[in-house]
Amino acid sequence: MFPVLEIAHSPLTPLWFILISVLWIGFFFLEGFDFGVAMLLPFMGKDDRDRRVMVNTIGPVWDGNEVWLITAGGAMFAAFPGWYATMFSGLYLPLLLVLFGLILRGVSFEYRSKHPSSQWRTTFDAMATIGSFLPTLVLGVGFANFVRGIALGPSPTLNGDAPLVTTSFWGLFTPFALVGGILFVVLFCAHGAGFVALKTTGHMHQRAGRTASTLGWAAAVVMAAWALMFNLMYAPAGSLQHTLTWVIGILAVLLVVVGALLSGRGRDGLAFVLNGAAITAMMAAMFIKMWGNIGFRPVGVDFDMWIASSTPYTLKIMTISTSIFLPLVLAYQIWSYWVFRKRISKEAIPSDIAPASA
Amino acid sequence: MDAQLIARWQFGITTVYHFLFVPITIALSMLVAVLQTIWYKTSNDGYLKLTKFFGNLFLINFALGVVTGIVQEFQFGMNWSEYSRFVGDIFGAPLALEALLAFFMESTFIGLWIFGWDKLPKLAHLACMYLTAIGTMVSAVFILAANSWMQNPVGAKYNPVTRRAELTDFGALFTNPVFKATIFHQLAASYMVAGALVAAIAFWHLSRVARGRRTSQLSDAVEVEEARTWRWATKFGAWVLIIAGLGIVVSGDYQGKVMTDAQPMKMAAAEGAYQETSDFSILTIGTLDGSEEVFAIKVPGMLGYLGNGKWGSTIKGIDDLKNVNLNQYTYRRKDGTQTELQSSYQQVLRSHVAKDGVKLEPNIPVSYWTFRIMITLGMIAILAGLVMLVWLAKDRNPGHRRWLSVVLVLIPLMPLFANSFGWIFTEMGRQPWIVAGVLPTLSAVSPGVSAGTVLFSTILYTVLYGVLAVVEVGLFWKYMKKGLPDVAQADSDQDEDAPLSYAY
Repeated sequence: MFPVLEIAHSPLTPLWFILISVLWIGFFFLEGFDFGVAMLLPFMGKDDRDRRVMVNTIGPVWDGNEVWLITAGGAMFAAFPGWYATMFSGLYLPLLLVLFGLILRGVSFEYRSKHPSSQWRTTFDAMATIGSFLPTLVLGVGFANFVRGIALGPSPTLNGDAPLVTTSFWGLFTPFALVGGILFVVLFCAHGAGFVALKTTGHMHQRAGRTASTLGWAAAVVMAAWALMFNLMYAPAGSLQHTLTWVIGILAVLLVVVGALLSGRGRDGLAFVLNGAAITAMMAAMFIKMWGNIGFRPVGVDFDMWIASSTPYTLKIMTISTSIFLPLVLAYQIWSYWVFRKRISKEAIPSDIAPASA
Repeated sequence: MDAQLIARWQFGITTVYHFLFVPITIALSMLVAVLQTIWYKTSNDGYLKLTKFFGNLFLINFALGVVTGIVQEFQFGMNWSEYSRFVGDIFGAPLALEALLAFFMESTFIGLWIFGWDKLPKLAHLACMYLTAIGTMVSAVFILAANSWMQNPVGAKYNPVTRRAELTDFGALFTNPVFKATIFHQLAASYMVAGALVAAIAFWHLSRVARGRRTSQLSDAVEVEEARTWRWATKFGAWVLIIAGLGIVVSGDYQGKVMTDAQPMKMAAAEGAYQETSDFSILTIGTLDGSEEVFAIKVPGMLGYLGNGKWGSTIKGIDDLKNVNLNQYTYRRKDGTQTELQSSYQQVLRSHVAKDGVKLEPNIPVSYWTFRIMITLGMIAILAGLVMLVWLAKDRNPGHRRWLSVVLVLIPLMPLFANSFGWIFTEMGRQPWIVAGVLPTLSAVSPGVSAGTVLFSTILYTVLYGVLAVVEVGLFWKYMKKGLPDVAQADSDQDEDAPLSYAY
């Protein structure tokens, strides 16, 4: 399917494509819910104590969740420098929006309680909401474009032709891409509401459960539309790939439906896991579609995952380090979730506006 | 203005800004861990108060370090895609490992530390701060290995088939002499900043509490306790500053020699030496093209020691080096050799770049002055540490004076800005190369990104960073003035249903 090049093909190249998919899935599974919680702040948080309950559900873990993105970016740089170079320079403005959002939200969590003024808090809460909405929407639009394949053309450089994105910024907003963006927003909001339901007691718990159920049904509808468009419009060429994207697409819809049902019945834990599984399935379908061409349609220039890949030697070093350290990272991240496993109640939040210091 | 120039400004602005937070993060995390250790050992509330006080300042600073760091990672791909494509096989690995080994560790354990005060056993909670601090150091190791490779590209060669630089020896990144010199210099520089910060803040609070009285003259028990705590913290910070200052001198001396070996042009530029010389210029005012000297203070022979370890020996001047390099559009180390990558890429480089007329020397005035400002600021900081220690000798305490407050604000800024100027020197002194002797900066920029786009993002970052700076400084100021926090709390016998610590 792809031209055989005079490059040392390494079996580690496909492995790293899979590992990078795993990093992105980890990012969306985890940061998906904390994006969602922050997006829901103005809707589910009726007063400041409500919002504090919500922010504190993700407080100890959001920073660690975000590192999944930084690691995914770093891994793309190391394992597929060509991919990293073409994608990051070609999607400059969308990535700028993502960065802008991430800066706003990162600061807002840390600073919202550092000054006893409601104006101050409202400002930072709004920043958290906008800062979570922007990356969610842009990444949804972006990944839909990878399913479709972003057009590439050659650009002469010092070292020969570089594959360069030729699709314009506005050209990224196709109907399918917009559905992708909406899907990410709705799905992550449902995931976030599910997390708040799982982590709280009392009124907040009930409100979050209802929201998770409602949003879950909405997400199911959008997911169904997305999966249909995906498979009807952009079905991958290979027969196995084609079968897989259909099966996984349908599975993703089913997972969201069952998640919504369970949210309605107060089965918070299972509902949350199923929603996460739906995100995993959705992302997996996209990466299956991106297999080989890594999300691009090159015209007049050679570009695929083999060309974009690092050397077997670099990949070997990366593979060894990752097999030692990724289990360790998973272990302590899981431990941190375990330490903060208890539910939070609004009553337990001091009404005193000055927060406990570090 | 072309995209390359704006992209360079963007990298400079975002990096210098990011690096205002990094040294504090690296060293203050460890100092907080040490304070917490002393509290753990002694159960003295004073140390717990200091832990929480400086812990809070650390967190305010940490937040901005994190959010500005992600911009740095993305920038390589966004603005410097041809750099990323060309060296990603080598440069990407340390960056990815930094995220995997360091960032996960820092971010997870800082979360556990902030929220874990009443959730974790005391020792486990303390370990969280140590792991955070170790994470920041691991991060420094990888990022400096990557940067040192740009200064001295070892362990790689050019592959004409893939048309890029490829890694041949990963270990070489960490045995790179430039890396070995830089890591110690940078860690010491970070500890100078944190030490100065702790000492200056504690000294100010001490002057406020004691107002020039001797500790034995204070009658109020609370005041006595507070004065003791701040006195101890001042001395602690001052010692950290002075010991790190010694580290700076020793590692800086070593670094000068390594730099002369690997990047002779950078050393010549730091001296503004156009011809071969052995004199160290403390201050030269004149035309910087070297033709006329208006006024100069020089130490004869000293440059030979700084550059070669031998008093009176000479280093090559800018013109000498330029003549050698211009010859074939090549780049050579002091002993005339090249790294494998430099020599294997030389042919391609010559045919492609010579016609573009790349200037072969860095900006001389910038190199000359940043080098001197770095050294001067660092020396003043060490001196300030000594003065504070002498001031506190015997039972004496400082008085509360307006001028003293101003001076105390300046003290941590000295080593902090010394860091900034040191980095400006290191990076500007490497020019015109993004990878010394291999890739010229102008051919590393993203070919498809317009000057307007880079300008737009530069303005966006600058405005956003400016606003954040105001918020950060405001918060830092507020928590700094607040003084020691109240730690009157129930002992660890917590009710099972007690809430988590709420930091947010």
